[in-house]
Amino acid sequence: MDERVGRSGLTDRLIVRPEVGALLGAVVVFVFFTVVTEQFATIGGVATWLDDSATLGIVAVAVALLMIGGEFDLSAGVMTASTALVTATLSTHYGWNVWAAVVVSLLFALGVGALNGWLVMRTGLPSFIVTLGSFLALQGLNLGITRAITGTVQVSGMRSTDGYAGAGYLFASTFTIGGVEFQISILWWVVVIAAAAWLLVRTRFGNWIFAVGGSAPSARAVGVPLVRTKILLFMGTATAAWLVGTINILRFTTVQANQGIGLEFQYIIAAVIGGCLLTGGFGSAIGAALGALIFGMARQGIVYAQWNNDWFQLFLGVMLLAAVLVNNGLRKRAERVRR
Amino acid sequence: MSPLIEVVDIGKTYGSVIALRDVSTVVNAGEVTCVLGDNGAGKSTLIKILAGVHQHDRGEFRVEGEPVRFSSPREALDHGIATVYQDLAVVPLMSVWRNFFLGSEPTKGFGPVRWLDRKTGRTTTRKALADMGIDLRDVEQPVGTLSGGERQCVAIARAVHFGAKVLILDEPTAALGVKQAGVVLRYVAQARDRGLGVVLITHNPHHAYPVADRFLLLKRGAPLGQYEKSEIDINELTRQMAGGAELEALEHELRAQA
Repeated sequence: MDERVGRSGLTDRLIVRPEVGALLGAVVVFVFFTVVTEQFATIGGVATWLDDSATLGIVAVAVALLMIGGEFDLSAGVMTASTALVTATLSTHYGWNVWAAVVVSLLFALGVGALNGWLVMRTGLPSFIVTLGSFLALQGLNLGITRAITGTVQVSGMRSTDGYAGAGYLFASTFTIGGVEFQISILWWVVVIAAAAWLLVRTRFGNWIFAVGGSAPSARAVGVPLVRTKILLFMGTATAAWLVGTINILRFTTVQANQGIGLEFQYIIAAVIGGCLLTGGFGSAIGAALGALIFGMARQGIVYAQWNNDWFQLFLGVMLLAAVLVNNGLRKRAERVRR
Repeated sequence: MSPLIEVVDIGKTYGSVIALRDVSTVVNAGEVTCVLGDNGAGKSTLIKILAGVHQHDRGEFRVEGEPVRFSSPREALDHGIATVYQDLAVVPLMSVWRNFFLGSEPTKGFGPVRWLDRKTGRTTTRKALADMGIDLRDVEQPVGTLSGGERQCVAIARAVHFGAKVLILDEPTAALGVKQAGVVLRYVAQARDRGLGVVLITHNPHHAYPVADRFLLLKRGAPLGQYEKSEIDINELTRQMAGGAELEALEHELRAQA
């Protein structure tokens, strides 16, 4: 260390981390609902809001990586329904083994993700528009194909399919702590957070994610594979959506063809609350996970407080604005430009 | 020995627009070739061909005697040609050492599972910068917190460290103050003294003259002249740059009106 670095202090070093705002927010929300409700901080309460946070957070973390890479994916929400529908239709209607159906569903997700990425890179159009297109297209396919095959807009009966027990154990079982059942989705979430955080700050690929989002031409000029990096990020969000879709279909054994609409914005909101810049190049996986945690805690906390659910939207709006303002300030501190 | 880079009657058209034609020059090891010209003279087109961003469609482009045609900047880099662009040399929000190693990150690990060797990254960056005489406070700080001149220097040090044989600098002093520009030019001279061939693009003859060995003047996509340093002095260079006779005519005109 150079002597001029000197007293940069713990607060200064913490404040440039993108997830600090979200951590403070999470603490405030937790304390608030612990005080105003009785069930919130009980083990049962924790199990409930952790599960809600987990199914949101798995995709939010992947979306955060994509946003750091400078792109959006509006199709991620509907993709959770599409993948569930593929799995459910193949195993209930065509009698496939659940494992085979799950694998085909994953391949489908990877294909759509790659197509999203390829279209964005090939056309140079904003990913907002391209994935808005795939969002609408998937929504139509979900309803159209489900109706054509089953005659209704839902697929159910997963429980009696071949291989359900094993797949269900992996994706939709529970584990018990202190006499309360926790959903295994929470463990999946932890695995996704750990993998994403490690990938982002400890690997070459993570370095490339920051670079393609921070300044794509600079990254390309020093030899970063721009197109490959971004396409892989789109495939990442699709894979995360597949994981949540699979968890959902195996847990609830039924899927509605119009499920998942609106989730895409929740993922983006969680990522932004967690410190991701809308313009790319800055953010963290742990921050996005904290954003999802705030989301889950507030949604369930409002239920425990027996308030009308309308207040959740107000809370969300205020939270989002506050997060953007705080993050903006933090980022300016992080890159105080002196000339 | 053949020069590091040699272009012969090179040309490039975008549709019906002739961006560059009949340009020839050489870049030797340990020498600075300076490309001068006003906006729209074809400077950018020339360096984009050299850097592998665009391909020439006329003439010949040789690297160490071998005719080449690069399809990507990566390919140019693999041939030892590194380019430092004016405003996109670095990613501002990333730390100095992450920028330094971007695209060539040091890793460690077992077999296919590899992760960044952050310690090596930091110490190597600090040492490489120090070798170039660049003294930074902290390699973990975002590059955006550095001054414009320091950013250029980091990019130059990076190219030198990764074994570039030819360094292309696109307007490295354009956005800088007088003092900062001087600092950058000193590093250009240092890269030259280490035996690199340097292509310096600028529209400021006062920045070009002290460090360059050869001057290529471009105008409207065509060569206006090429001079060794011994053949031309700074006044003549400035005169040619400013349009020479045209400027004198303008001066007369303005005087007549006064």
